[in-house]
Amino acid sequence: MNISQHFPILVIITLFTGAYLAPLAGLWKRKLCYPLAVLSALLSFLFSVVILLSVLEHGIIRYHVGGWEPPWGIELLVDPLSAFMALIVSFIGLLAVVYSKDYIAGEIPDKKLPAYYSLLQLIIGGMLGALMTGDLFNLFVMTEIFSISAYALVSIAQKKGSLIASYNYLILASVGTTFILFSTGFIYMVTGSLNMVDISQRLSALESPWVMYNGLILLVIGFAIKSALFPLHTWLPDAHSIAPSPVSVLLSALVIKVGAYSIIRSVFTVFGPGLLEQSGVVTIPVTWMASLGILLGSIYAITQTDIKRMLAYSSVAHIGYILLGIGLASTASMTGGIFHILNHALGKACLFFCAGAVLHKTGIRNVEEYTGLAGKMPITMIAFTLAAISLVGIPPTSGFMSKFYLAIGAYQESWIFLAVILLGSLLSAVFYFRVINLIYFGEPEHKSGVREQGAEIGGVVHRQPTTDNRREAPLTMLIPIIILALGSTLFGILVHIPLSVVEPAVKLLLGM
Amino acid sequence: MNPVVIRTVTRILVPFIQLFGFYIIVHGPVSPGGGFQGGVVVGASMILLALAYGAHEAESKVSHHVRIAMDSLGSLAYAGIGLLGIAAGGLFLQYNIIPLPLPPARVNGIMIFLIGVAIGVHIMALVLSLFLHTTEETEKDD
Repeated sequence: MNISQHFPILVIITLFTGAYLAPLAGLWKRKLCYPLAVLSALLSFLFSVVILLSVLEHGIIRYHVGGWEPPWGIELLVDPLSAFMALIVSFIGLLAVVYSKDYIAGEIPDKKLPAYYSLLQLIIGGMLGALMTGDLFNLFVMTEIFSISAYALVSIAQKKGSLIASYNYLILASVGTTFILFSTGFIYMVTGSLNMVDISQRLSALESPWVMYNGLILLVIGFAIKSALFPLHTWLPDAHSIAPSPVSVLLSALVIKVGAYSIIRSVFTVFGPGLLEQSGVVTIPVTWMASLGILLGSIYAITQTDIKRMLAYSSVAHIGYILLGIGLASTASMTGGIFHILNHALGKACLFFCAGAVLHKTGIRNVEEYTGLAGKMPITMIAFTLAAISLVGIPPTSGFMSKFYLAIGAYQESWIFLAVILLGSLLSAVFYFRVINLIYFGEPEHKSGVREQGAEIGGVVHRQPTTDNRREAPLTMLIPIIILALGSTLFGILVHIPLSVVEPAVKLLLGM
Repeated sequence: MNPVVIRTVTRILVPFIQLFGFYIIVHGPVSPGGGFQGGVVVGASMILLALAYGAHEAESKVSHHVRIAMDSLGSLAYAGIGLLGIAAGGLFLQYNIIPLPLPPARVNGIMIFLIGVAIGVHIMALVLSLFLHTTEETEKDD
């Protein structure tokens, strides 16, 4: 048998094994935790790459864990969408692990390092498990794994307010997981199956749909809490802003996306587009809630002075774009929504990494104090600008391309959604350009006037070594930032690469 | 107050509770029970010890490091048995094709037993850790 056939399970098991090796390594030599975590995240990333290539070439991969056939055993089902998401999760997960080394040293006590790396691998592994699985109950279990790791990671730094943020997140997200469990129960009650493909076949033969609608609504509400869809987002700003920056990246760039992915999975794979057209019971509310989220998330973000809180509110807006595209359920809007998952993951991860680098080197959290940072941390600030431009949606960045697809899809449905997308982009331009304006054109503080402004902007910076007066973050932090900034720019030009994955995924979901 | 009754009863009961826990773990493949249930019973016996003699007594019997090692090794053993299936040319956790010179049903039984032991080791340390960490925090606050 070919070893690559086992990659869907190995991609998860590698991280879970790493998660349990970290405490053991911590007993022996604490320094080993970091290289082990990087190694397992790297292996898992390589597996994801192979899985994606193999899915694109040979079609859907199905893996029967333990050799049990699908309706009875747990099945891993990897289609283009899950392979695409898994690549994003494992890649940004890897960058977050790499970034942690220098950042986390000052943030949490040395004693907690093994626990930190263990939880970090559990959260990534849990997300990958949720993406790979084809079993509804297994999806619930994996959701619990990454959620519980997330609650612990939010409060691991034990700063002021971190316990309350973690507790709020715990309560709300537990309500969400309870809904998911109830829904799984309802669905199991009427179909007698937990396998997603099997359920969808049995549901279409069902006479009375009311239990089924009940299950669907609970499932979508549960995952909407996980993905912070607008009125259910209240846990997000605290949790995402107080967590250590690598954790903020995982939460903001990945965890809420996995929630959105689960909504797609439950709506399109478990229930299928055919059943939904009869009802509109889910898509219409999701669309309107997402639209409200786009506008209000951006407006809240404008009022924030804390950079990480601002980015967190911006995530509420961007999950709105993704779910708007999914709720409209046309080919163009779905393409835009799923493509936006990649763009927001790259952009928001880069921004949180930059905010973390600034926090690490200077201790600045307040947006007003970003004045003149371009002189001190030029590379970080160029990356910040590129990522922010991508999230606002200015060509030629990748954010523009996904919003363009979303706009086409929205216009086909109604001009209102088009207006929402345009207005949301303008609002996000307001708060991102305020920061960029302060960084480059704000009055520099007296103590930091080592270099003249303007000289650093442009290609000059790359030849300069990162000496002390420049005060760039260490390389383990800088390299992820550069990679993500380049990624969010390049995918706007090389747009055919992500689209070659997204388009087959959308076709499969819409049953075309 | 000298809790002599509680301590004496605990001293008598703990070995039997633990024996019962190990019995549940070992009988996992053929009767109701298994690693989780047995592990909880063994862990509960240590909690009883902690209640009667104080948290430090349980801590000195099974220290923090030992508990972490048990937790990790138990989980890793489970993953390892799963990977054995792949190494034998089957799927993850497909242990009936592991080449041992025994009938397939017996191989299944052995592997389920080993998985039960792995889970049991993990859970007994986990249950005690959960209890001790909760008391630790409250003692600090007082």
